[in-house]
Amino acid sequence: METTSRFFSGFTPNDLWFLAEAAGRTLWISILSIGFGTVLGVFFGWALSVTKTAGTLTIAPILDIFRSVPLIIQLVLFFNFAPMIGLRLSPFDAGVIILTIYTAALVSNVARAGIEAVGMPMRRSARSLGMSYWQDMRYVVWPIGLRAVFPSWIGVALGVMKDSALVSVLGYVELLKASQILITRTQDTLLILAIAGAFYFALSYPISLYASKLEERWSQ
Amino acid sequence: MNYNFHWRPVMKALPELLEAALLTLQVAALSMVLGVLIGLGLSLIRMHMKGPVRWLATTWVELARNTPALFQLFFFGFGLGAVGVHLTPYLIVLIALTFNNAGYLAENFRGGFKAVPDTQIRASRSLGMTAFQAYTRIVIPQVLRIVYYPMTNQMVWAVLISSLGMLVGFRELSGETQFFASKTFRIFEYFAITAVIYYVIVKIILGAASLLSKRLFRY
Amino acid sequence: MIEIRNLHKYFGSLHVLKGIDLDVQKGEVLSVIGASGSGKSTLLYCINALEEIQDGSVIVDGTDVHAKGTDVNALRQKMGMVFQQWNSFPHLTALENVALAPKIVRKMSKSDAKEIAAQQLKHVGLGDKLDSYPSALSGGQQQRLAIARALAMEPSYMLFDEATSALDPELVGEVLDTMRLLAEEGMTMICVTHEMGFAREVSDRVAFFHQGQMEEISPPEEFFTNPKSEHLQKFLAKVK
Repeated sequence: METTSRFFSGFTPNDLWFLAEAAGRTLWISILSIGFGTVLGVFFGWALSVTKTAGTLTIAPILDIFRSVPLIIQLVLFFNFAPMIGLRLSPFDAGVIILTIYTAALVSNVARAGIEAVGMPMRRSARSLGMSYWQDMRYVVWPIGLRAVFPSWIGVALGVMKDSALVSVLGYVELLKASQILITRTQDTLLILAIAGAFYFALSYPISLYASKLEERWSQ
Repeated sequence: MNYNFHWRPVMKALPELLEAALLTLQVAALSMVLGVLIGLGLSLIRMHMKGPVRWLATTWVELARNTPALFQLFFFGFGLGAVGVHLTPYLIVLIALTFNNAGYLAENFRGGFKAVPDTQIRASRSLGMTAFQAYTRIVIPQVLRIVYYPMTNQMVWAVLISSLGMLVGFRELSGETQFFASKTFRIFEYFAITAVIYYVIVKIILGAASLLSKRLFRY
Repeated sequence: MIEIRNLHKYFGSLHVLKGIDLDVQKGEVLSVIGASGSGKSTLLYCINALEEIQDGSVIVDGTDVHAKGTDVNALRQKMGMVFQQWNSFPHLTALENVALAPKIVRKMSKSDAKEIAAQQLKHVGLGDKLDSYPSALSGGQQQRLAIARALAMEPSYMLFDEATSALDPELVGEVLDTMRLLAEEGMTMICVTHEMGFAREVSDRVAFFHQGQMEEISPPEEFFTNPKSEHLQKFLAKVK
């Protein structure tokens, strides 16, 4: 009896709304970063596939750094570095910038794999039909490559969505930070963690399910 | 830029940081060993069993894959703490990493098992091998090769997310860095060095994995 | 000796074997032919306990294969089996492929297992491929490897399930030659096959399966020149 009364005294419907709003912010920062990061990453992936050695020696190692250093370290470093060069950034700005570069680093690999998935013979035959380079890219490489790597891209996007929880470290009140604030106030630790987890799960699981269905269908 | 970098104190702390890096490697490696064993078990349960056990395994895998690692860490830290289970920071990180690894690896293993044809088992059984022998001698070695590359990535991932240990008071590489940084307020310098150390660790893991694969897989 | 009595096998509601009676004597070579889906491969799986049966019995050297308490692993050691898909173990060398089962099933010492493996690989003409991985072998070589692997268990019977039908035509000959060699050495063999020439030259008897029933069984001369079953006559006319 005591536990249940404590359960409801702390946590109110308003708090649920507070968490839902925070989940919205998680979604918003994810969409921005994944959007910008994908555009940038596809560009890098294309650049890597056309420049070959030059790209492998220049862009590739830089992108590699963002895949080899923990995201939390990247966030802390950038957030502390920005003021040194006179940038006044909010936690949100810093979060979007780092998540975008992080996404781009991951997507560049996926994009390169997609372009390389389209074999040279197929591309030669496209060119032999009189297609220009960009027509070949648009009508041959894009649809075939996209199909080959779309499930991996969804994997990257979902990963970034989950990793956006780390922006809480800079003080941005996204879903996980909001749940921490509530826990401190209400002490209903398990209930609030369960709700936060449920929000994440609801954002991620349907998409991952869709991706694996798609992969299964396409692999046949 | 009107900031004066101070690298000397950071360099002085380097031995401590490197020692903490070893702790990072240790907890990541241990969580991988446990994660591989549990992940293997989870994938086998999901393929061969029915009922509540299978449901539990599926729940584990989907929770591990569809919630943030940081959330999982908080759950095993504050969440269990709230019901009176107080784990040491080391155990919190080890358990959270193991939980995460096992979930991702279980999916990799499932794909690996699917890729080994059933006829391999049939051929093994026709030679008089028991089901257990057919699995351990014929199927699993082939699965391990298929999942070797994803496993390497998971090891890198385990090292990277062990950095979240600093948020639950674990003095692995990131936690140790934060400890020094907060004493001296040289946050940027300390974390920059730590970034370099992480980068080197990741490169060493990938290098070692590719050397090892050449020895392991000659076919 | 293999004694099959009134064998019935269902896959769900599909009646695949409808009361088979068949004896195979020691030293005999029996070829089994028939259209795909006639149940001939299933017969082999039932003999080797790789499939359960619904009625009847299979008795090998006095042991009931499908009885409760029968040690099927011990029984399978008596019966070497070669499949259509050669199923070499890709992660092991040719020598290791052949030596594995003697080592872990027959509990031979490592060196004894290797010795018998090398011997059997020479036997099938792969003496120079001991350290090759299957990926470096042709289909015909991999199928001979599978035969050596089965022989290393020193079986009393060899069961061949369409051993040549997945092979490129130019590789069929080498595998048939190996099978012929075994027959000449006096091995008891049941060969499910599409190779009429082989069935005719090598077998002591040939059986014809049609829709789950054994419609005809006779010595090859009679089987091919004077078939009694109407289905067999049609079948032979088609494959010629």
